[in-house]
Amino acid sequence: MRSDWSIGSTVAISLLQVVAMGLGGPLLVGLMRKVRCRLEGRVGPPVRQPLLDLRKLAHRQRMRPERASWIFPLAPLVLVATTVVVAAIAPLLATDPALGWSADLFAVVYLFLLGSVVLGLGALDTGTAFGGMGASRALTIGAVAEPALLVSILALSVPAHSSNLAAIITTSRAHPLLLATPERLLALAAFVIVIVAECGRLPVDNPSTHLELTMIHEAMVLEYSGTDLALVQLGESMRLVVLVSLLADLFLPWGIATGPGPAHLVISLIALTAKVAVLGTILAALEVAMAKLRLFRVPELMAGGFVLAVLAVVSALVLA
Amino acid sequence: MAGLLIASALLGLAASVAGAVASPRSRTPLTVGGTVAACAVAFAVAAHVLATGEVVRFHTDRLLPLAGFTLQLDRFGALFVAVSAGVGVCALIYRLGYEGHGLVSRTASSTLPLFVTTLLLVPAAADVTTFLFLWESMALTSLLLVLADHRYRPEVRVAGQWYAVMTQAGAAAILVGLVLLATRSGSQSFAAIGEAAPHLSPWVRSTAFVVIVLGFASKAGAVPLHVWLPRAHAEASGPVSALMSAAMVNMGIYGILRVGDGMLHGGPTWWWLGVMALGALSALFGALHSATSRDLKRLLAYSTTDNMGLVLLGVGASGLFASTGHRSLALLALVASLLHVVFHAVFKGCLFLAAGSIQQATGTRDLDALGGLLRRMPMTGAIFLIGGLGMAALPVLCGFVSEWLLLQSMLHGLPTADPAIAVAMPIGVGVLALTGGLAAFTFVKAAGIGLLGLPRTEPAAVAREVAPSMSVGGGILALLCVVFGVAPLLVIPAVTGAARSLTRTVAPDPLARGWQLGLSGVHDVLAPGILGAALVLVVVAIALVRRRLQPGPVRIVEAWGCGRELQTAAMEYTATSFGEPLTRVFEDVLTPSHDVDVSHVAESRYYVEAATFHTSLDDAFERRFYDPANQMLRRWGAVARKVPNGSIHRYLAFGMVALIIVLVVVA
Repeated sequence: MRSDWSIGSTVAISLLQVVAMGLGGPLLVGLMRKVRCRLEGRVGPPVRQPLLDLRKLAHRQRMRPERASWIFPLAPLVLVATTVVVAAIAPLLATDPALGWSADLFAVVYLFLLGSVVLGLGALDTGTAFGGMGASRALTIGAVAEPALLVSILALSVPAHSSNLAAIITTSRAHPLLLATPERLLALAAFVIVIVAECGRLPVDNPSTHLELTMIHEAMVLEYSGTDLALVQLGESMRLVVLVSLLADLFLPWGIATGPGPAHLVISLIALTAKVAVLGTILAALEVAMAKLRLFRVPELMAGGFVLAVLAVVSALVLA
Repeated sequence: MAGLLIASALLGLAASVAGAVASPRSRTPLTVGGTVAACAVAFAVAAHVLATGEVVRFHTDRLLPLAGFTLQLDRFGALFVAVSAGVGVCALIYRLGYEGHGLVSRTASSTLPLFVTTLLLVPAAADVTTFLFLWESMALTSLLLVLADHRYRPEVRVAGQWYAVMTQAGAAAILVGLVLLATRSGSQSFAAIGEAAPHLSPWVRSTAFVVIVLGFASKAGAVPLHVWLPRAHAEASGPVSALMSAAMVNMGIYGILRVGDGMLHGGPTWWWLGVMALGALSALFGALHSATSRDLKRLLAYSTTDNMGLVLLGVGASGLFASTGHRSLALLALVASLLHVVFHAVFKGCLFLAAGSIQQATGTRDLDALGGLLRRMPMTGAIFLIGGLGMAALPVLCGFVSEWLLLQSMLHGLPTADPAIAVAMPIGVGVLALTGGLAAFTFVKAAGIGLLGLPRTEPAAVAREVAPSMSVGGGILALLCVVFGVAPLLVIPAVTGAARSLTRTVAPDPLARGWQLGLSGVHDVLAPGILGAALVLVVVAIALVRRRLQPGPVRIVEAWGCGRELQTAAMEYTATSFGEPLTRVFEDVLTPSHDVDVSHVAESRYYVEAATFHTSLDDAFERRFYDPANQMLRRWGAVARKVPNGSIHRYLAFGMVALIIVLVVVA
């Protein structure tokens, strides 16, 4: 933690991060759709299509199932709020956003979990079979993904002796050789598996399906419409872009702003956009090459991620 | 101060007497008033001890023959007294409105104050006799309270049997261990044992430790000694189950720490690896069963096993660090564990009280028969939601802070390069993570199926909000759940003081950074208050934006039912179906059994007349270990019953043989 950042500049950085993630989320989703379409030989909608969808939905009327309680309209708010708070406090564009010192990786994980839990409650509040089905499946996957997630964080924290995000990023910038060590690569693999599960991407969940038997996330949000649906989609896409940006910053820390000037921030924004675009393209290409797993094979994937993460921790200690 | 402590005990006794002699009408207010006063006085004494570090002593020779009755309250004991007193006040206020049939009887009315009093005094016991006397009183009074409803529900008797056997076995183990230590060190006072302990042989120390840990672990509900807990905690009435789950299980942790750290001053690495293994097993097994259980209170009881497992994990990590010489880390892990004890008491008390309200309002604990209660019982629902968020360790409620600290203590243990630690810590983090994910699942299931959606049965559809005093009792704990989550530093200094007084370490305070939660010497900081404020601000801001954007009022529509009109509760997911994916994933551990019965029409076997599906999830330990053991005992019993067949000759022969054996042994 440095003190040469003024409060004004850190708050500005936080706001910039929130705006960047808010716009970047839908754009990343659009980019990944475009890449998929191209690889499958289709033209596909423009990259900015998700943003247009959000604008359209935001002005449509909201609907509420007659038996739902106050949880149902609250859930999209909390979902977006958790991602906004994470986008504000995590060091995505600069190593020191406002309140960045409180941005511990564990806190980030539990904030995302809060979003999922509240969305699950909102789904059950509708009283339909779909809501229950989606919540049950999404939280099962969430529960089995958690160990892989936290242990890969542990592996990342070993060299920095801290789970503080800024500390991890600063340490790996200072020792770039650490990035290519086996434990880093193992942790990277585990982290990617977890991101795929957390964001409901293939092969865990297919975000574009609405088939009853295979829906997970979409089943949960089936009853949302209008502004609420826009919020849910915004929250989900922001979660994706925040996690991919964290991946970029944790494993390729170059370009992130270490000073407060606007020049630093512009460079950082360009670097992050490029890194996220590359990672998004790779993820989308992988999705094209894969079929969706059966629901009951997903835990095996997560167990694989957990084993990779444990190996990462152990090798970090043995090789250190 | 000693006078006040005794005054608190006397108030409890007076309330008990009042419960026994007063008229049925005035019984409840008298016992509740007396017991709340006892708790308040005990809380004041404990707070004083925690604040000043003064040790309160009391001794009398008149109460117990030969040994006397000795109390000594230090900071460590005071922490547990404070927790018991806090839970006691809330549970007793709740009791005012509770309409359980069993609790109004003369026996139960006079036992409840006694139970609370023993909960207040056990952590103050300063020698073996006093401790065992209070411990047994606690076990006996709680057993009587569990059995309070035995006339109305036969399951209560079974639960009582399990509890009686397990608690007596545990007490016997503790007795053996403490007596071993007392005889070898030549005194029965805890302080004298503590002084003599370093000079005892390793064999004696290890034997005593293992036996005592097993005894206390059964009280804390650690797997595989947990079998009584989901039965007894589920069958006990609302306030009693809250007292048992939030205050009594803590005594198991207290005992392990008092003996392991306080008297034996730590020990070899394998002790603590064993404790960690016990904790990890309990945490995982408890979390899995609570995630798949459909009985609301059984679910909460298994979650108690889970949380006590996490505490044991932290206690084990603390001992491990201490045994490898990392004093400051050991203190951090101990503070994290004790903090989890305190916070678990808060959120679990809250949840059990809310579950008691739900049971009273609907007459059932079966989640598959509930639903839609948040609209019918807004206060109880809100209390359950807050407690549940705490149980799921979500920001910014109290469970999050203590789990964060446990994670931090394990993370910072890693660079110590000790092989045992290097292997134990990642596994510990994995266990914490999986139980955290499962706790979130459990919470969504319990709250989503029980409180949200459509009511599944008639009683749930017409449920009425419970008496205000019940909402007040649970509401205080719910409020604490939020306050401690946002401002954990209200309690952390007291917990650190308690941990220090136990281990007598001089390591620097692990948590010192003003108003936010920071670990000294490293970067890791958590400011739950700021996180909470930021979340609330953003939620409000987005809600305002949503209101601006929205073109008209929200349209109330019928939920989508695949084109079928009129949703019914039969189409909803139930707790069983909600947990089904998880049951399948962990099939090897949970070993569910399914039974499909199809009967055909008499004319043609191609037409099904009726199909019944039955699925059950028993406790695997109960089925694999306890049931065979019970059967074996029963067989021995059958054999033994044949021996005394009424023939006088045979009895004379028995006497003869016994006499010969005695003579041989004596000679």
